[in-house]
Amino acid sequence: MSMDMSEFLEVFFEECSEGLDVMETGLLNLNIDAVDVEEINTIFRAAHSIKGGSATFDLNEIAGFTHVMETLLDQMRSGERTPVTADIDLLLESVDCLREMIDATKAEDDLDGARVAALKQRLEKALKNKGGEDSSLSETEEPEIIPDTVKGWEIEFYPKPEMLKNGQEPYRLFEALRKLGSLDVVSQMDRVPSLQDLDPTQIYIGWRLFLHSDATEAQLRDVFAWVEDSCDYQLQSKNLGNSVTTTAEQSKSSVTPEKAPVTEKASAKNAGDQQKAEVVPESGKKPEKDSEQAQKKSAQIADRAEQKGPAEVKKSTVAENKKPSKAKASGEGGSIRVSIEKIDSLINLVGELIITQSMLSQFTDEFDMSQIESLRDGLGQLTRNSRELQETAMQIRMLPISSSFNRFPRLVRDLSAKLGKKVELKISGEGTELDKTVLEKIADPLVHLVRNSMDHGLETPDIRKASGKSETGTVHLNAFHEGGNIVIEVSDDGAGLNKKKILEKAVERGVVSADENLADDEINNLIFEPGFSTAEIVSDVSGRGVGMDVVRRNINELGGQIYIISEEGKGSTLSIRLPLTLAIIDGQLVKVGKEAYVIPMLSIDESLQINPKLINRYKGRVDLYKLREEYIPVLRLHEIFGLDTDITNFEEGLLVVVEAERKRVGLFVDELLGQQQVVIKSLEKNYRKVDCLSGATILGNGTVALIMDVASLIRKHLLSQGKQNLPTRDAA
Amino acid sequence: MHNSAQVKEQDDSIQLSAGTDQYLTFMLAGEEYGLNILNVQEIKGWEGATPIPNTPDHILGVINLRGTVVPIIDLRKCFGLEENEFGQTTVVIMVKTYCEGNERVVGMVVDAVSEVYNLNANEIESTPSMGTVVSTEYIKGLATVEEKMVILLNINHMIEVEVGKEAYILP
Repeated sequence: MSMDMSEFLEVFFEECSEGLDVMETGLLNLNIDAVDVEEINTIFRAAHSIKGGSATFDLNEIAGFTHVMETLLDQMRSGERTPVTADIDLLLESVDCLREMIDATKAEDDLDGARVAALKQRLEKALKNKGGEDSSLSETEEPEIIPDTVKGWEIEFYPKPEMLKNGQEPYRLFEALRKLGSLDVVSQMDRVPSLQDLDPTQIYIGWRLFLHSDATEAQLRDVFAWVEDSCDYQLQSKNLGNSVTTTAEQSKSSVTPEKAPVTEKASAKNAGDQQKAEVVPESGKKPEKDSEQAQKKSAQIADRAEQKGPAEVKKSTVAENKKPSKAKASGEGGSIRVSIEKIDSLINLVGELIITQSMLSQFTDEFDMSQIESLRDGLGQLTRNSRELQETAMQIRMLPISSSFNRFPRLVRDLSAKLGKKVELKISGEGTELDKTVLEKIADPLVHLVRNSMDHGLETPDIRKASGKSETGTVHLNAFHEGGNIVIEVSDDGAGLNKKKILEKAVERGVVSADENLADDEINNLIFEPGFSTAEIVSDVSGRGVGMDVVRRNINELGGQIYIISEEGKGSTLSIRLPLTLAIIDGQLVKVGKEAYVIPMLSIDESLQINPKLINRYKGRVDLYKLREEYIPVLRLHEIFGLDTDITNFEEGLLVVVEAERKRVGLFVDELLGQQQVVIKSLEKNYRKVDCLSGATILGNGTVALIMDVASLIRKHLLSQGKQNLPTRDAA
Repeated sequence: MHNSAQVKEQDDSIQLSAGTDQYLTFMLAGEEYGLNILNVQEIKGWEGATPIPNTPDHILGVINLRGTVVPIIDLRKCFGLEENEFGQTTVVIMVKTYCEGNERVVGMVVDAVSEVYNLNANEIESTPSMGTVVSTEYIKGLATVEEKMVILLNINHMIEVEVGKEAYILP
């Protein structure tokens, strides 16, 4: 019976996080005034499967915690209880807590036992308080009544191996116990022998039973009277509110007993229980130390409770503290759910590929020139097959962006309460699919942008009213495909950017010179420059030192671009443009000297032959090309990359016009070689990041070609020009 | 505490197996250099590389090694030795190095490969101080084999510094 459960555990964790998402969404959607029973059912079912799963894996503290949540939900489901905002808040907080517990278990970390216990007590308090008064605010002040609420028994039950032979069934015993109250059963597998030694007529399993009931000892003894001779059992009166957590010695990240009590009073009350718990092996710490820690913990909790105010404050700070470890957990491996449909079409394509391959392999036996036509056909088919195969394989990595968007309703709800602003969140295009890696990496920048929109963009209700807008501000998240790109927009109908302030700041910080003549858009996009933050008050929400430049850098690392369009008084729109996948891009091969470089097709506007008459030289240094009504700077790639080439005259080469971050430049190259899809290989893996290059690829002939990073090329070029224009700035 | 104990254990195991190590030696401007054979992945002929712009002189470029992009360094340039035409015996030693959690595969162009020696730890002498003129940063120790001196390289550290560090990017 020593099966490897770790594999299933992985699946369980995944199901848990899905379940938690369902619960969260459900809770947010729940309309207090008109309760939809189906909605509550959905939440209940999610909680129920988490409870069931965690009990299977011996994750007793999770099971115990979920059990209480489930009971509360059950009350709502059966109509015994009318949900109020406080309940929803409490449940949302519990979802957070549960998520942390699961993350902690996953990472094999310690979890915040005190927080779990405190929340659990609040839940239990709420259970009693069916009237639905605002219980969440009061019970941390008077937690001493809680330990008495749930009485129960912990029963260790080890049947003798031959019990079944006597015609006695442990199952019947459990049934009998269940009549006395609600029963949690945890099986003990430690006595189970390996398969060879297992005698199917014997019973090896022991059980640990938690009976939530005020039954007397005599009642229990009665139940066990029938099996007295064929089993060992022990009864312990327990305060089951805590006991589920205190007896969790089996699970990897058990809540250690000393953390369980909430306040000093509670800890004193529970001292007896704790002593008992100390007998349990593996949690062998000294009681004195326990109470000391308990006091510390309780002091912390008291602190928290004091500065409470709106419940959201607490919630979001906890969420923030938790962030790093969450990121850590999601970074490792992970798995992906793929629809059967996608897999099937992949299998079909592989079938076709094999047919093509067998057709082509016929030619290897005997080949004469008469077959050249069919060989060509075969190769054409192979090309088609492999392209389709590639596209389908890429599809597997594609996930709808909703998985990223779904976290925002909660964020907006919490944040709007904290900021005292009324915010409505609109989401559209959530079905748009993009690569899993991109999706994961875009999540944090998106959160940052939404926070920014709410904190800096939207005004407070009274200001909005004064300026003739509706009190409720809108933040709109939108995603759509455009060409080979995905565009994600975060827009708000707030105050917009203050161009004057930005320009002043930019000049003050030396980002631009005072005499530079900038278009409105250029001014707005200055907010992405490093060392730029106009936030006058550093608030808790944004302005924590993570500036927009970091957001831009993250997005550039993904091969994407970001820019902002803003109108003062009307709002701002941030657009993020990202490639659909990171692994393969469409590239234009260009020749410079003896080398071939790849320019991503995404960045190319057009390629043209140069009319020397349209070239103008500025300050004898920079060439400007008049492209229709616009002058664009020309970068000679052979100079930038330090390559030898015979083609230095503009008439002989070609100009590739590229655009990045809304800036256009012409790249002067020797010739164009062709377009193809290139697989991006990392340069960093064995070497390091190189300026102006985003990676390398391997061409058909086996040689390596370097892929240009147009955005950084333009930035570097324009930056060096900026420096020339600003002699006062330090060259360092 | 648990962690440091583990690290210590690992160190011990390295020490133990380091009783006798095999070293591959190669020639560079008449001198014989050695590196631990466990770092050697393969030896290839020189077939040219794709140069990378704006990188130090001793980085010759990158090549395609069965689908991965691998940088090639010219060890003569790297050591500041006189340059030499690549000839018949010029080879690229592909080394796999581990340093600060980074695993890299890098090719080193050398004049020729020479021998494989078994060297016991007590045969390796520590590096004498050579004053401020020459840095001995990359040298692990010196060994004498058949009355010739072999300079043993600390290849992990050398590659990490020469290839991995940003400081070498030219303005």
